[in-house]
Amino acid sequence: MNEGGLHHHQSDILVIGGGLSGCWAALTAARAGARVLLLEKGYCGTSGVAAPAGPGHWWVPPLPGAREEAVKARLDKAQGLGEATWMHRIMARTWQTLPDIGRHYQYEPDDSGRIRLNALRGPEYLRALRTYCLAAGVQILDHSPVFGLLRDKAGRVAGAYGVHFQGALGPYRAQAGAVILATGGCAFQSRLLGAANNTGDGHLMAAQAGAQFSGMEFSSIFSIVPHNTTMSRAMIYSFARYLDNAGQEIAPDAEGQSFLGVARALAQGRVLCDLSAAPETVRAQLPLISPNVMLPFRRQGIDPFQERFPIDLVGEGTIRGVGGIRLKGENWQTGVPGLYATGDVASRESVTGPISGGGAVNAAWALSSGCLAAEAALAEGHVSTGELEPFTDNEACSNGQNGSDSREKTIRKQIQAVMLDAPTQLSRNAGNLRAARNALENCHDSLTYSAPGGSWRQRQQRRETQALLAVARWCTASALERTETLGMHRREDAITKASDVPAYHVISSGLEHVQSRREAVHA
Amino acid sequence: MIELILEAQCTACGECVTICPSNVFDGGPGGVPVLARQQDCQTCFLCELYCETDALFVHPDATATHDLTAIDVATGDYRRDSGWGSWAEDAQYRNEHWRMGDVFALARSRT
Ligand SMILES: Cc1cc2nc3c(=O)[nH]c(=O)nc-3n(C[C@H](O)[C@H](O)[C@H](O)COP(=O)(O)OP(=O)(O)OC[C@H]3O[C@@H](n4cnc5c(N)ncnc54)[C@H](O)[C@@H]3O)c2cc1C
Ligand code: SF4
Ligand code: SF4
Repeated sequence: MNEGGLHHHQSDILVIGGGLSGCWAALTAARAGARVLLLEKGYCGTSGVAAPAGPGHWWVPPLPGAREEAVKARLDKAQGLGEATWMHRIMARTWQTLPDIGRHYQYEPDDSGRIRLNALRGPEYLRALRTYCLAAGVQILDHSPVFGLLRDKAGRVAGAYGVHFQGALGPYRAQAGAVILATGGCAFQSRLLGAANNTGDGHLMAAQAGAQFSGMEFSSIFSIVPHNTTMSRAMIYSFARYLDNAGQEIAPDAEGQSFLGVARALAQGRVLCDLSAAPETVRAQLPLISPNVMLPFRRQGIDPFQERFPIDLVGEGTIRGVGGIRLKGENWQTGVPGLYATGDVASRESVTGPISGGGAVNAAWALSSGCLAAEAALAEGHVSTGELEPFTDNEACSNGQNGSDSREKTIRKQIQAVMLDAPTQLSRNAGNLRAARNALENCHDSLTYSAPGGSWRQRQQRRETQALLAVARWCTASALERTETLGMHRREDAITKASDVPAYHVISSGLEHVQSRREAVHA
Repeated sequence: MIELILEAQCTACGECVTICPSNVFDGGPGGVPVLARQQDCQTCFLCELYCETDALFVHPDATATHDLTAIDVATGDYRRDSGWGSWAEDAQYRNEHWRMGDVFALARSRT
């Protein structure tokens, strides 16, 4: 329906974000008979961090003792933040549901003729999810970023608003019985492969609706890419050695200290990667395992196995970090009625602890959180009628002075200078964190008071900048709050050991004024 | 960053306009698309998979454009190695993603 230039949509379930988690959520709801609308900023099928990658899922068969053992191993790594129940639930749901994708994904058998169900190539996987969603009746609207959430008279989240940049052009409002937020993590627009759309929009919307965050200090993780490229795929680098500008080998980091040595050497100059230890078989297999990994080399005339090549570190923020929206219920509720948060936008501390869940746990979490939240939202059975309004009214004042594009770019650069600076992020102390906080507060002061005027595209970019900044501020406040080293959060000025204090979560919140506090882990 | 649309190979199908997650292209069925927002390109290479005639070339340098022309580039290797679209039946390019776990295990066993 189009009324006065505004498009209206109505559904039982609204899913925001069509990456791994949003697709599984939409699919689950649609197969259960619900009317589902999926709104995606980019294109559902190519957007999100899983699409150009190749997610393996946590995959443990229900054999006697197997899952208990896997959970125990993960709990040990989780250092007091993990919860066995959550781990068991995502493992079980992934095992139960993932094989369904075989209807649309063409698995190839391994050398022994076995199908390895847990390992999927990203572009094919996300294409299959899109096809499956459409076959199940999900309405997908691509190139339609959501700007913010809508509430009904009772204060319940009952929709969202944004703009269609393709198809039915122009602003829209979507009304629904429940909203599932699946906008992914935030990597501050580093060159992390596939992460450009992951600007923290969902975090911002949720905060405006009153949600809080947990574990945002676990956002300091970096990966290797060939210089100036986006190819952050890890497998081949498990055979790598790194050399500094003087040709000295950089000693591998102690556990947990990932790439601090490389980061410090990069601050001094070039770092070269040496892959000569990669076995011949792996070199030959690489293009058929991960066909995109060779592209940067081939297209720049580099033979990565015969010659050393320069690398960069790219920040992963909360993507292969951990923090996100704090969950307030066992089915991915956020504490805000009507709003669920799934996948990377939610805090994954309960299944990962303070170390990354990349490699298996995150994909299992993305899938199962989507499925289980969708089922819980349907079980609620809420039907939304009546008038809706935005949570904040700063969107309404569209006549204000145009925010200048150049100032906006400057602010984004300032945010990146703080959040993507590997040496300080990998070795935090009160001094560099306070400097980071001050820099970000200055950004906040110059951003907040400019009204979002201009074209729809400019307004979208403004929303993204606000979101990037909000996420950066929660990350920094949380990192200041946790004064011990724990997992990927390394405080070089720590006086106490994490194991000497009772385990706690760092909860952060607030947009105008950012707050952080500790909350003891309930036994 | 997306560098080139090879006009001679483009069938104006509009697929890249639709599937680019960064909404880089303008145009649609009936015309060769234009790189309307080249700087927004996130260098994900995925448009190359969806272009059945290999008319697109993404340069791996995400930070700058390179002024290349059609004669400077070879296209289609990503789609071929992926066994995507018209390559799907070619046994030579079978999806061997399943080996990834074994390779990681091999790397771990050596350290
Ligand atoms: C290189 C790489 C390799 C990885 N490999 C593995 C692995 O092997 N195993 C593993 O477990 N995990 C892996 N991960 C992590 C895994 O891919 C993620 O955990 C998973 O993709 C998260 O799913 P998601 O749907 O929450 O987020 P995403 O897949 O990032 O999707 C988020 C979606 O939301 C959309 N969106 C954002 N803002 C808006 C808005 N305002 N309106 C509408 N839509 C919006 C985005 O466009 C995007 O499509 C990897 C990650 C990376 C970066
Ligand atoms: S996908 Fe390829 S053929 Fe189709 S419009 Fe784009 S460049 Fe042309
Ligand atoms: S590389 Fe990715 S972002 Fe760039 S034009 Fe192609 S599909 Fe779009």
